[in-house]
Amino acid sequence: MTATVADAPAAPAPSTVIPPKKFGPSIALGVIALLSLVIFGIGTPSGASTTFVVARGTDFVHLPAYTAPSRLAAVLLSLVGLGLAGWAAYRANQHRKVGIWLPVVYGMAIMGALLTWAGAGRDATSIQITGLLTSSLFLAVPLVFGALAGTLCERSGIINIAIEGQLLAGAFLAALVASMVGNAYVGLIAAPVAGALVGLLLAIFATKYWVNQIVVGVVLNMLVVGLTSFFFSTVMTENGDLNQALGMAKLPIPLLSSIPILGPVLFNQNLLVYILYVTVAVLQVMLFKSRWGLRVRAVGEHPKAADTVGINVNRTRVRNTVLGGAIAGLGGAFFTVASGLAFGKEMTSGKGYIALAAMILGRWSPRGALAAALLFGFADALRAQLGAIGSPIPSQFLAMFPYIATIFAVAGLVGHARPPAAEGIPYKK
Amino acid sequence: MKLELRGITKRFGDFTANDRIDLLVEPGTVHALLGENGAGKSTLMNVLFGLYDADEGEVLLDDAPVAFAGPGDAMAAGIGMVHQHFMLVHPFTVAENVMLGHEDVRGPAKLLDLDAARAKVREISDRFNFNVDPDAVVEDLPVGAQQRVEIIKALSRDASILILDEPTAVLTPQETDELLGIVKDLSDAGTSVVLITHKLREVQAVADTITVIRRGKVVGSAEPTASQEELASLMVGRAVSMRVDKAPAQPGETMLTVEGLTVVDEAEVVQLDGVSFEVKAGEILAIAGVQGNGQTELAEALIGVVTADAGQAVLDGDVITGKSIKEVLHSGIGFVPEDRTEDGIVATMTIANNLILDVHDKQPYAKGLALQPKVIADEARKHVEQFDVRATSIEQTAGSLSGGNQQKVVLARELSRPLKLLIASNPTRGLDVGSIEFVHKRIVAERDAGAAVIIVSAELDEVVALADRIAVMYHGRIVGIVPPETDRDTLGLMMAGAHQEEVA
Repeated sequence: MTATVADAPAAPAPSTVIPPKKFGPSIALGVIALLSLVIFGIGTPSGASTTFVVARGTDFVHLPAYTAPSRLAAVLLSLVGLGLAGWAAYRANQHRKVGIWLPVVYGMAIMGALLTWAGAGRDATSIQITGLLTSSLFLAVPLVFGALAGTLCERSGIINIAIEGQLLAGAFLAALVASMVGNAYVGLIAAPVAGALVGLLLAIFATKYWVNQIVVGVVLNMLVVGLTSFFFSTVMTENGDLNQALGMAKLPIPLLSSIPILGPVLFNQNLLVYILYVTVAVLQVMLFKSRWGLRVRAVGEHPKAADTVGINVNRTRVRNTVLGGAIAGLGGAFFTVASGLAFGKEMTSGKGYIALAAMILGRWSPRGALAAALLFGFADALRAQLGAIGSPIPSQFLAMFPYIATIFAVAGLVGHARPPAAEGIPYKK
Repeated sequence: MKLELRGITKRFGDFTANDRIDLLVEPGTVHALLGENGAGKSTLMNVLFGLYDADEGEVLLDDAPVAFAGPGDAMAAGIGMVHQHFMLVHPFTVAENVMLGHEDVRGPAKLLDLDAARAKVREISDRFNFNVDPDAVVEDLPVGAQQRVEIIKALSRDASILILDEPTAVLTPQETDELLGIVKDLSDAGTSVVLITHKLREVQAVADTITVIRRGKVVGSAEPTASQEELASLMVGRAVSMRVDKAPAQPGETMLTVEGLTVVDEAEVVQLDGVSFEVKAGEILAIAGVQGNGQTELAEALIGVVTADAGQAVLDGDVITGKSIKEVLHSGIGFVPEDRTEDGIVATMTIANNLILDVHDKQPYAKGLALQPKVIADEARKHVEQFDVRATSIEQTAGSLSGGNQQKVVLARELSRPLKLLIASNPTRGLDVGSIEFVHKRIVAERDAGAAVIIVSAELDEVVALADRIAVMYHGRIVGIVPPETDRDTLGLMMAGAHQEEVA
């Protein structure tokens, strides 16, 4: 057959249309880095210097305090940020994504510039690098556990907004049980139980009654706030023995903890932090390399496909949500027994929501969750440090910083991340 | 393996989807299950596969009764199913999809043995010449290859009965021929195949036995030598004309000019790539192509539901790209969307209200802030009568109507404005034959009244029957515009991306 048609157009030319490139995120990163260069770099008096202390007197290896010209340090750190913005633009030009390391290093560089600027010319005070990093890691602990919980749930298709409540429940039960037994470590066993119970409620409502998961999550958060506040102001207040400030000792690991700078940061922590390392590593491998992980991810992406090969979708979801709740609950122990504090009303103060942001920024992987949580932990630690050296920035503004970072993170500043396709959708046969 | 279904009955509420169905599939044969959309074929197979529980009846494998609690049991018993909507996890690789549910593990940590899965995929792929790469990510594969992955999935579980549910809906004619070849090879190798379809051509090509289902009941069986007319009348229950009666087109002035229309979606995929064409008043341009090659985006870009990233469309001298949907509609375009239950009607609203969705804020249907229920009801009664909508009352919700009657409501609304251009996306999908005839007649009438008409259809039969010219789309571009007499092979090659000079 010869297709001879009068008005048939010539064969179209090969495709010349290229999808639009998304430079918005890299431009935003670049603008912030430029601002940092102008304000923190050029804005620092040229003669001033900032003193960084990289080791403490008790450390095995003694490193001298290092005094750097403030302006140079702030300029260099800003330039690192600018370079990373350029790298992000280069990758966007190639339609490729950047790794999670980029926003983390970028954020730390810009915050470092801020810190240098704030510490400039204050001869009386110095900036404790080791202390800053140690508290970054420590403050990141509940965020990592929370983000891992979110990852586990969402990978199986359940949206877990109740992380906040799971953290709070974990913190409460850890304090209560540890106080009753008189041993902080018992709190680490009690905390996951509390989180798992909240997770179980979420799972039941989501898989059995098909209630909107976000609504259930928010309601569960309210429920936990109500319950813990009630027991706090009745039982715990009447009987102080039930809410003691018990602490866990730091367990320095021989040799490893003697490594300069990173040794004390990573290997002179308490048991909960070591559990954290193991949990992240195990979940990373299990989620992406094991039979269990393959099935979980299949359930979260295409539950019907999983069902047709004999995988029980709702059972998988319930198990994952309960496991996720347990992990968030364990993270809740951070607030009480792992910090050596007694339980206080609503003491998790929104950390569960930040953990959700860390989960998104970490693109639903345990490794990414760790990196993102460290960034938020660093922002939190920085606030404390700036407060300590008497920074000119109002502390209210500094307190906002992690949340601003969160908004940027959730808005997909670092490239659009794709959530599991079936999350939030009940599986009905 | 011999498969027998005895007296299978499945009800959904008051609706009986399967009414005492008997079916016998002999080993190593191809058994076609023929029926219109909604006849109950898929329900029956979902019962067999353990996705639904039957209310009555039993399933026998090699004369032994079996009961499946879920798909896992069915697969363990040797039944594999390729669903109409593929059951593949998109971000996974082929090997991961094939191993899912029966994974091999290795090492002390019992981690996934991907090498074993790859080897299995390669072995089956080589045996049947599938040409599937085990490490390809499924979402990057064309639909034909995805379907072969589904078959590999079933075969890797040693399926001796393979159910194919409407397997050709998403394939080009050439891919369809390839698939039918595969079906033959499988049955020669001893696998029993149940082919669920409403396409007579396929049935005649490969089936050894044919069972016809209508309204949930077995209405007869036929030999593959039966003519298309015989099969069609058995399937529909009355004699059907396979043609659309229409006079030759009387094309007038150019009504719509589309130049370089381009749409890029959120995932940065180019869905519509510099499409240009013209439609004259009084002619039907049919857009043919395999689903997902930009036809939906073309229709939606013209109406303004998706924003064009480049190019423009000019309707009778007015540029319509960039205008609001309301302006576009009132400049004389009627739009019958692809998914009528999602986009065509508001299911929970009454028929009367659905009929005035586009003019609810205009005189005489509204006065100030208030609707005028009496005017609306009178108008609705008129439309319902004109378009033969079978409803008990105009106050009935649109969602409670059958598919054909819902489509009539959509048509009544869209055709009630004076139209310069009618765009209809798959206007007869899922309709019974009677409704299809009605819809086709109305569309031709609109053409004869002087409107330009664009029909988007995945059914080549419908395209050929309605079109005055056929534009074939592939990967977001028009590969050629040809007359309706063009033979199916040529159209098929064009649907697979060949330009018309190449196939000429």
